[in-house]
Order: sequence, then structure tokens, then C-alpha cells
Amino acid sequence: MLQDILVTGLVNGGVYALLAIGFSLIFGVARIVNIAHTAFYMLAAYAFYTLLVKTALGFVLSALIAVGGVTLFSVLCYRLVIEPVREHEAAVLIATIALALIFQEVMLFSFGGHFLGIPSTLEGAVRVLGVSIPYQRLLILVVAAAMLAFVWFVLYRTRLGLAIRATANDLEVANLMGMNVHRVAMATVAISVLLAAVAGVVVAPVFVVDPFMWLAPLVTMLAIVVLGGLGSLKGSLIGALIIGYVEAITVFAVPAGAYLKGAVALLIMVIVLLARPEGLFGVAFEEER
Amino acid sequence: MYWLRRGWAELRNEVFVLPSRTLVLIWVLALLLLPLVYGDAYVMRILTMTCIFAMFAASWDLLAGYTGQVNFGHALFFGAGAYASALLSLKLGLSPWLTIWAGAAVALLFGFGVGYLCLRLRGSYLSLATLAFPLIALGLLFAFPDFSGGELGISGVRRLALTPTANYYLAVVSMLVIVFGLWLLADSKFGIVLHAIRDDEVAARASGINTLRYKMTVFAIAGAAAGFAGALFAHYLRVAGPSTLEVALSFQVVIWGIFGGLATIYGPVVAVFLLYPLTEWLGSFRAFGELRLLIFAVIVLLVLLFMPRGLTPFVRDKMETQCPRCKQRNGFWRKICRLCGAALQAQVSGAKRLVGHQ
Repeated sequence: MLQDILVTGLVNGGVYALLAIGFSLIFGVARIVNIAHTAFYMLAAYAFYTLLVKTALGFVLSALIAVGGVTLFSVLCYRLVIEPVREHEAAVLIATIALALIFQEVMLFSFGGHFLGIPSTLEGAVRVLGVSIPYQRLLILVVAAAMLAFVWFVLYRTRLGLAIRATANDLEVANLMGMNVHRVAMATVAISVLLAAVAGVVVAPVFVVDPFMWLAPLVTMLAIVVLGGLGSLKGSLIGALIIGYVEAITVFAVPAGAYLKGAVALLIMVIVLLARPEGLFGVAFEEER
Repeated sequence: MYWLRRGWAELRNEVFVLPSRTLVLIWVLALLLLPLVYGDAYVMRILTMTCIFAMFAASWDLLAGYTGQVNFGHALFFGAGAYASALLSLKLGLSPWLTIWAGAAVALLFGFGVGYLCLRLRGSYLSLATLAFPLIALGLLFAFPDFSGGELGISGVRRLALTPTANYYLAVVSMLVIVFGLWLLADSKFGIVLHAIRDDEVAARASGINTLRYKMTVFAIAGAAAGFAGALFAHYLRVAGPSTLEVALSFQVVIWGIFGGLATIYGPVVAVFLLYPLTEWLGSFRAFGELRLLIFAVIVLLVLLFMPRGLTPFVRDKMETQCPRCKQRNGFWRKICRLCGAALQAQVSGAKRLVGHQ
């Protein structure tokens, strides 16, 4: 049981980290609470399924096309829907909720509400320390680690990353220094949805694919982001691991744990917030007056 | 006779001068008189549900619009009211007339609890943290199905009234009382303090306002109103199920509130009265049944692209202009202010405005 907890917690934590870091990034740069974030994750899973099952493109190619397509689509959505109402925070909020609902309904309409099974990308398992880990789960871990390294590289070793961090720190000053804030926000949207889409593609063979698959990770992701501190990437990563392990422990060690796993994760978030209102690693944003 | 004349004068001088007030009067009269003219059970049913959700949305607006505590988990209060009322009426056999108030009281306590927990949070942290509370409650309900009925909820709750018309009047009257009550509250000195807390909490505290107490009170009031709506909902549908606590309902009320216009009280009510019957009506067509939510979301998105501040502020600004001197509102047809006589000139545009400033 201990090994199960260790492996499941790590795998789920990896997926959550991909989602939470993307969300955190976009909140930090553009102050958008993007409810549709996990809806893009669902879209990517569906795109992957369609490409894989309907056209014989092979795993790698269909995964790449799905991720790229969803990322482009998200930039389009941002330009058409979010940017015109950027000044009105409330309008942005429900615009993202409406987008998520639209995606859900379109998928429900075109694929039906039943679960779709995707054939496993990799068969077989490897034994580490007496636990058998299916290759598929190992793939999730590897991809998550690679994507995290990629994000770290982009943010801390490129000029774009410098611009993104500067904009997140102070939008107006970054604008005055000659950065194109709109373009930086767009690039951030692309990176953040890229992470979500990658997560959607790698988990599609393990989890079920259905039009409502965005709701449960949405809530967990929000809990992680708040727990770690809004806009803090380190906080999101650590929060994701905490929540991943807490969920695994609840499911394996508590009776009726499957029902309670969400509740326990959220309870942990509430407790952390009570002790530290800005989350574990959050910088208390100075009062925006 | 004197009172009749007095009433007519009041009506002419205070209500008919503004299109928005006239519309409110027409709306109230239409709601009250509708069953006498057209008593179709299906229409009664939809309007009853609309009234219940209107109360719910108005209570959210007091919390989110006025006080700035954008609550993503408002369904907690609705569900608490529904479950408390249903459990009390079923397990203890109390009269529904009593348990509705008990449901509201339980929701008030929940409001105090959530308010207390969220006192130190602000902005997006508060929104995302409040999202958690109904889900924690939902997890607990599913973990103890003997007590809560699990997925199916508690069914067989006693009705408040037997005929559709009686139920309708019950919902309409309680909706009018609660909505106008919240409106009065929001227009009073209390409401001004709430505006101050939303705009700048530090400054409000510096002016000697005990913001913590105000925030707790608003949470409790909004919770009680939402719980009352939830209890009515449970007794009307005769079931209190997990759907009253779901994320979908919490998001729904956020959509209603922002679509109608924040910090207005009447905005969310207008939004519910437009959107809820619309979605139900669309759902009644077989071809549209599946597309109901899609059409709903597209409408909300399109309306917001053109009216980012919400529907009612946009429409109200078209119908009325504000007097530049005394800040009173006037009908669009007036050239001078009805109270102070200042000229209400049309909007000066382009280069002329710049010249005027120099």
C-alpha cells in the first residue's frame, strides 16, 4: 500500500503541477482567473483521441498535432473573447466560465456523454523497489518533468521569460520599459495552455475522457494554486505534490476515501489559508488601490 | 380620497418620471396579477423557480457586488438551507412553515462560519477558497449516505402549498420581500459602508469602520437570504439533492450576477428573469434540448463583449442621464434636470470636448 501511495501521489502530483503552473503563470502575468484552463486540457484529450482513433497518425504525431492545435486555438480565444473585455475583471471571469461551458457542450454534442477509452500508448511495466509501475504512468512522470524543465528554461534563460517575469512583477513599469505587454500576455496564454494540453494528452490513456473531465481537476488545481500562493511557480509545484500525496493517502488509507479525497484536499487548502492567507509561497501582492 | 390623491401624486412624481422605476412597477404588478390572467401550470412552475433563483442571485450580489467578497461557493448557503430544512421536516416532522426559517438560520450560521474563515483573505484568494466549501460539504454528504441520502438526496419533503398558484404566490411574495429588503439595505448607510469596503478596505478601516464586523454581517445576511431560497427550493421540488451544492450552481449564480450588472441588486434579478426562462424554454424544444447550455453560454459571452459592465447598467444609461450638478437621474427625454434645473446637455464628442476643457 505504501508503494501504491508513493507512485500514485507522484504521478497525480506531476499532472497537477503541469496544470497548476500554467494557471499560476497566466494569473501572475495577466491577472486572469482562467476557469477555462482545464477545459483546454479536456479539449487536448479529445483532439488526441480523434486523431489517434479516426486517423492513423500514430501516437507521437497525433499528440504533437493535438497539443499544437489546442495551443493555437487558445490564443485565438484569448484574442477574440478575453482581450476585448480585459479591463473589466468580472467580465473576464465569466467570459472564461462561458468558454469552458461552451467547450463542454460542444464536446458533449459531438462525442456524446459516455466515457471514451484511449488505447494505452505504451504497454508493459517496470519494477522499481518491488512496485510495478506501468510504462504509461512512467511516461506521465517523464513528460511532466520535461515540461517543467522546459518552462523553467523559458522563464529564466530567455528574453521572453525575462519579459514575462517583468510583466508579472509590475505590468505598468514593464509597459513603460518598452515591452509589448499584450504580446507578452498572449505568449503567456500560449505557454500556459501548452502545459495544460500536454497534461491532457498524456493522461488521456490513463484517466477517462468525457466532457465533464475538466471539473474535478479544475477544483483541485485551484486548491493547489491557492495553497502554494497565487502566481508563485515554486508554490504551485510544491502544492501539487502535497495535494497529490494527500489524495493518494486518503484514497488508499481511509474508508470511503474516494468520496472524501476532494474534501480532504480542499480542507488542507483552507487550513493553510487560515495560517497563511497568501498561501505557502505567495508574495502578498501590495494593495492595488 | 386624500390618500388616493396623495398616492397618485407620489406615483406620478416619483415613479413615472424615471423609465427604470416604471419598469419595476410594471414588473411587480405583472408578477402579482399574472395567475389571474394566465394560470398555466408549466408557466407557474418556471416562474416559481425563477423567483427562487432571483432571491439567490440577489443575495450573491450583496456579498460580491457591494462588498467585493466575490464568493465562488455561494451554493453552500443554498444547499445548507435546502438540506437543513428538508432534514428537519423529514426527521423531526416539523411543519414546513417552521423549517424554512430553520433552513435560513442554519445558512446564516454557515455564512458566519465562512465569513469568519475568510476574514483575512481578499481578492482572488477569497474567491478560490470559497469555491472549496460547498465541495467539502458535498464530499461529507457522499461519505455519510445514511444521513444525507447520498447521490439521491432527501426526497419526499412536504410541500408548503398544494396548488401551483399558491406555490407561485409564496415564491413571488417572498422574492419581492427579500429583493426589496436587500435593495433597501444596500441603499442605506450600511450599503454605503459596503461600497467603501469594496473600493478600499484599508481606507475604510482608517475611517473608523469596523470592516471585519461589516464583512461578517454581510456574509450572514447573504447566507440567510440564499438559505431561505434553498429551503423554498427543497420544499417546492420536494427533494434536497447534491445538485444544490454543485460547482455548476455556484458558477451559475456568478454568471447571473455579472451578466445582470454588479452592485445593483436588481441586475442579477433581471438576469435571472431573462436567462432562466430562456434556457427552460429552449430546453423544451427537442432540437434545442441538448444545445440549451451551449446557447446560454454563447448569449452570455456575446452580451458581455458588447456590454462588459453588465446588462442593466448599459440599458439604464441608455434610458436615463445623470444630472451633472446634483447627480440625480433623469429620463432620456428631459433637457433640464427635474430637481435642480441644471441643463442636461447631450454628450459632447471629439474635438469639441477638448476645446471645452481648455
